[in-house]
Amino acid sequence: MSTVSLRHSLAIQSRVIAALLLREVITRYGRHGLGVLWIMLEPMLFTLGVAALWYLANLHTLSDIPIIAFAITGYSSVLMWRNAANRCTKAIEPNLALMYHRNVKVFDILLARIVLEWVGATASLIVLTACFAFIGAMRWPQDIVPVIGGWLLLAWFSLGLGLIVGAISERSETFERIWHVMTYLMFPLSGAVYMVHWLPKAAQDAVLWLPMVHGVEMLRHGYFGEIVPTYENPGYFAIANLLLTLIGLALVRDMEGRVQPE
Amino acid sequence: MIQLLGITKVYPTRSGLHTVLDGVDLTIKPGDKIGILGRNGAGKSTLIRILSGAERPTQGCIDRGMSISWPLAFGGAFQGSLTGLDNLKFICRVYGVDYRDKIDYVQDFAELGKFFREPVKSYSSGMRSRLAFAISMAVEFDCFLIDEVISVGDARFHAKCQTELFEKRKDRAFVMVSHEAHNIREHCDRAGVLHAGKMHMFDDIDMAYAFYQEVTT
Repeated sequence: MSTVSLRHSLAIQSRVIAALLLREVITRYGRHGLGVLWIMLEPMLFTLGVAALWYLANLHTLSDIPIIAFAITGYSSVLMWRNAANRCTKAIEPNLALMYHRNVKVFDILLARIVLEWVGATASLIVLTACFAFIGAMRWPQDIVPVIGGWLLLAWFSLGLGLIVGAISERSETFERIWHVMTYLMFPLSGAVYMVHWLPKAAQDAVLWLPMVHGVEMLRHGYFGEIVPTYENPGYFAIANLLLTLIGLALVRDMEGRVQPE
Repeated sequence: MIQLLGITKVYPTRSGLHTVLDGVDLTIKPGDKIGILGRNGAGKSTLIRILSGAERPTQGCIDRGMSISWPLAFGGAFQGSLTGLDNLKFICRVYGVDYRDKIDYVQDFAELGKFFREPVKSYSSGMRSRLAFAISMAVEFDCFLIDEVISVGDARFHAKCQTELFEKRKDRAFVMVSHEAHNIREHCDRAGVLHAGKMHMFDDIDMAYAFYQEVTT
């Protein structure tokens, strides 16, 4: 077999992913109106809506937690992994014809979609934080290290989850349906709407099994400083992500052997 | 050189496994013009998909020592909401070609006029296939895959495609798949017949055709 060096392979792969990314952006957002800006505006509007709702519901009177920062950190986290996974469901079938271009792989199609969600969610988080901190509606993050660490781990989580959901949804319609129910149920459990500290001990132990809870806790640790104790375990989150990614890669590999373009 | 060794492709069906290709060997040297005859369902397109890399064989291996095209004039990978130009850019990016060098060529060749910058979904089927053929020619390969004969556009456009492929690129190899012998007789030096999952290669097209007639009747 003729072999290709790893560097050359990486060059091809990044080229393909960049091409898919641009194709996806133009397909999804078009060139009219605000166009590409919607990558960021879409998650921003979601987060703003939720922040406004929670603010108007006077949730900020229930705790010392700054409600705007609470909503931004919580909702941005959910959006990243949920959108990444949802964009990966049934992502292969409409793109099967791309398989005729040998360098385009199932993995690339999924990764391009996940990267797009990373970009959108990250831009939205940064812009919202900057705007609200600038007008004084919230404080700047107290410690940037857990913010960056937590966000990167959440991005990794969305990668593992996206690969798994993308590969399985292609094989099983049942899974696709169940997945929608699962994301719905996961939202309140994921740490977006509570601090672990608020929960009774038994509930804390239970929710800390969920990997993404650690990411949200880290993020809030960075945003709030010491206002409220946080319970993150970055090591656990990283190991969970590693496992999810390995499972995801194995499933995608298996999927690549099954694709049947027309 | 491209080498296929013991390529087997098995598809699962409701009534058990269905073997389409059963240990196919094929060697394509630079400049080889190979025709492959076979009835509908003999596995010609499956072979093309495996050669292009769209599908993996169940067993066997492929060594691609030369670059190999996607099936010529294949427009299935076009994204309807993108313009002809966007689709060209996408293909160029995937293959690492600078699209700016290819815009004029493709626009001229495909004869799309202002529609080159309109979404592909607004194209007629003729426009689509002209664009697909032109984009196929924008990326250079050592070996082209031709699934059935290029029946693109009217007679004049068809002739233009023939010139582009068989004259300007006569130093390249190609694998042409067809169920009609005259196309293969016209362009190929060697031919194979796919029958019952096996590949029978002949250095002489007439012998291949005689064998094809014998096994298909």
